Amino acid sequence: MTTSIERTWTAVCAAGAVPEWSGVAALLDGGTQVAIFRLPDDRWYALSNVDPISGAAVLSRGIVGDAGGVPVVASPVYKERFDLRTGACLDAEGVSVAAYRVRVTGGVVEVEFSP
Amino acid sequence: MRKLVVVGHGMVAHRLVEAVRAEDKTGQWQVVVLAEEARPAYDRVALTSYVDTWDPASLALEGADYAGDPLVELRLGDTVASVDRERKIVVTEAGHEQPYDTLVLATGSRPFVPPVPGHDLPGCFVYRTIEDLDAIREAAQRPGRGRRSAVVIGGGLLGLEAAKALRDMGLSPHVVEMAPRLMPLQVDEGGGGLLRRLITDLDVTVHTGTSTDAIEPDGERYIARLGNGTELDVDLVVFSAGIRPRDDLARSSGLEVGARGGILVDDTCRTADPAVYAIGECAAVEGKVYGIVAPGYAMAEIVAARLTGGEGTFPEPDMSTKLKLMGVDVASFGDAHAATEGALEVAFNDAVAGTYKKLVVSDDSKTLLGGVLVGDASEFNTLRAMVGRPLPAEPGAILAPAGGGAAVGVDALPDAAQICSCNAVSKGAITHAITEEGCDSVAKIKGCTRAGTACGSCVPLLGKLLTACGVEQSKALCEHFTQSRAELFQILQATRITTFSEMIDRYGTGTGCAICKPAIASILATLGNGHILAGEQATLQDTNDKFLANLQRNGTYSVVPRIPGGEVTPEKLMVIAQVAMDFGLYTKITGGQRIDLFGATVDQLPLIWRRLVDAGFESGHAYGKSLRTVKSCVGSTWCRYGVQDSVGLAIELELRYRGLRSPHKLKSAVSGCARECAEARSKDFGVIATDKGWNLYVGGNGGATPRHADLLVSEVDTETLIRTIDRFLMFYVRTADRLQRTAPWVEEMEGGLDHLRAVIVDDKLGICEDLDAAMAKHVGDYADEWRGVLEDPEKLAKFSSFVNAPGTPDPTISFRTERDQKVPVLLGIPEVKQ
Repeated sequence: MTTSIERTWTAVCAAGAVPEWSGVAALLDGGTQVAIFRLPDDRWYALSNVDPISGAAVLSRGIVGDAGGVPVVASPVYKERFDLRTGACLDAEGVSVAAYRVRVTGGVVEVEFSP
Repeated sequence: MRKLVVVGHGMVAHRLVEAVRAEDKTGQWQVVVLAEEARPAYDRVALTSYVDTWDPASLALEGADYAGDPLVELRLGDTVASVDRERKIVVTEAGHEQPYDTLVLATGSRPFVPPVPGHDLPGCFVYRTIEDLDAIREAAQRPGRGRRSAVVIGGGLLGLEAAKALRDMGLSPHVVEMAPRLMPLQVDEGGGGLLRRLITDLDVTVHTGTSTDAIEPDGERYIARLGNGTELDVDLVVFSAGIRPRDDLARSSGLEVGARGGILVDDTCRTADPAVYAIGECAAVEGKVYGIVAPGYAMAEIVAARLTGGEGTFPEPDMSTKLKLMGVDVASFGDAHAATEGALEVAFNDAVAGTYKKLVVSDDSKTLLGGVLVGDASEFNTLRAMVGRPLPAEPGAILAPAGGGAAVGVDALPDAAQICSCNAVSKGAITHAITEEGCDSVAKIKGCTRAGTACGSCVPLLGKLLTACGVEQSKALCEHFTQSRAELFQILQATRITTFSEMIDRYGTGTGCAICKPAIASILATLGNGHILAGEQATLQDTNDKFLANLQRNGTYSVVPRIPGGEVTPEKLMVIAQVAMDFGLYTKITGGQRIDLFGATVDQLPLIWRRLVDAGFESGHAYGKSLRTVKSCVGSTWCRYGVQDSVGLAIELELRYRGLRSPHKLKSAVSGCARECAEARSKDFGVIATDKGWNLYVGGNGGATPRHADLLVSEVDTETLIRTIDRFLMFYVRTADRLQRTAPWVEEMEGGLDHLRAVIVDDKLGICEDLDAAMAKHVGDYADEWRGVLEDPEKLAKFSSFVNAPGTPDPTISFRTERDQKVPVLLGIPEVKQ
């Protein structure tokens, strides 16, 4: 018998609800929180909303920008930056957050997520 | 415990007590200071600046009252009459006997008044103490006809200072100097000639090469008869013809004095009596008396070291002088008069630029011996530090004006070269502080080494040393903008760009970050750009500004309604209490006389504020880099001691400056009397009432690096006070660095407080009209930010916990109870970083 991990796309919100250069938080099944970020040219990113440094679920409220061209969000608590593509923390070695795939289908933002 | 008795309390005595207390780790010395003057030691070097404020507090020396130190007893107005060395006691004029184990005489000097006929007439003064200046001021203010004038007898350093003070009091000064030039001790003939021209241009009439033969009364005025036949009609006379050491106690107790006076001491500052020392201007160290403060400080340090088990002897002092007289730089260093055998002089006299420079070099022209600079002394510190060392280039090349000349860099200095002569700090000590102790700013070097903390003239060199040590002092805001915050302010103001995106497209690189976005958002807000959450601006704000509340460690926020001046009605207190109870908020009184409500989620914030705004509250901007609170004491309305309505003024100031976005938070306070219960001197701008008006102090700070605010203007009326604060704040918001509080801003300002006063009081840069207009616009345009959110559905929509489940609270947030209130349960133990 084989088991397969089922991956599903979960619809979160309308694309218009997320202004460019900002983030929103979404609550998924099982209580997982995802922070979804929008950059210009329909570039979308999603990370875990929980800042591993402070433990607070706040990454969606961070300022979005770049560090040497790498798209980042800075945690609003102690300002560590996380790579929006991978979740790796640029300011604390070995620290990272989960990164999720995100897409827009028919004007709806969807996150790939397995509960 | 042993008894150290110090006679006199001037700057040098104060330094001695400070040094003894710092070095005496085991508390073996009980110090008794017997002072003749009725006030503690003050900054006599800066006496002339007293004319700017007429506030003795502006000359106060930090800690000179030794408050709270049980091992120092300062007895003011307790003059010592005699010393009985056999019994080891001093006897005061009041007849009190004070035993000592060690006695330090620090009696200073007295002004020398030449025995000119009429020298003791009522219109004759000397120039040494605060009391002398008060007396001169009183005489100068006596009613009379036309422009009043004065004559200063003596054209040395102090005489020219006196002339400046008289000019600042509105008199036309004459200066009479016996020698053929001004400042004969410091400058040579060439420098003196230029100095005379520059000083004459400033409305001072100079008479050199002549004696003063008599002062004669002439009705209400006086006639000064000069040796060259000139008669001067004047309202008052100030003698500034040198000083004489006060060595009377030594003479009467049988201690030897120097050939030209002064208590004779060896190179450890000890007299022939091993229990008696002498320091400062009353001492003749190996026969020589020194009339400036730096050698006096060195003597104080030596005696303090010796009393606490250390070593040290008096070094050959550096008699270099640099000063700015009425805006004219004058400096001399080393062997300025080429007294060394075979010394050669190389001079460069630029009559057009108004500068004179002379270097004195050894006979092989390879070693710098000294020099004179007039009109531009910017190279003083570097050149002085090179005295006795090989020149890096031909003397002529060093003197030549910028462009063609070989610059003398700080690199060329050896480690032993003294950078700060006031506190005797070498280049080596400073570079050590930079490279080994992690000092990466001028402020840190000051704290670590004391360099630059006295006269401040070496501060530019400290900056150069940082650069030389590879410490990046780049003013670039962040990786996206090479400009400093002040430059970005100017760009935004001049170009009227109103969006971050246009700003970074035209003046930056990349897409921005958590440093430049809020900084530019703050400048845009200062310039008046609508609501801080309008349009693109919402994405620039730090979370506090974005949610108009203060983020706490568990992701919830705290709410602070504005309570201007800390005055609140019981009815409004009940509204706050009811809101706190209804939303279950942890409640605490803040340090700024307001109330902080903790534990609100983003969804709750608009609901809470709806209630507060309806009850008449508005945003307290606790979340913003902007004015927080104007704290006040209860003031004259209730207090038995209050002399002004401090609460009324605090409310007026808080309402005027609320919402002004600034480089960092701004705190203020108003005290209703000199007891200072509101702690105004620990604020960015603090006001203290006097019975004649208000004193304004600026640049204070509590926090990690406390700093007392400096007196900017004194005894002004409310209108002048507010105008001055308007300009202070606007000048600050335009020119400070990001996250730079007013304290370091004032401290790092070139020219310091004097420059600040020149800009915002005297309008030296001609920008005051513009500053006033900017503040008027701020006051006129102010609108409550929270009301702005509640009235706009689009802004309200941002206060949502989850985009797909609005209203659902963050499940990770939970609370427990501590001392009857809720406090956060933390998810993990966060590693708190700076």
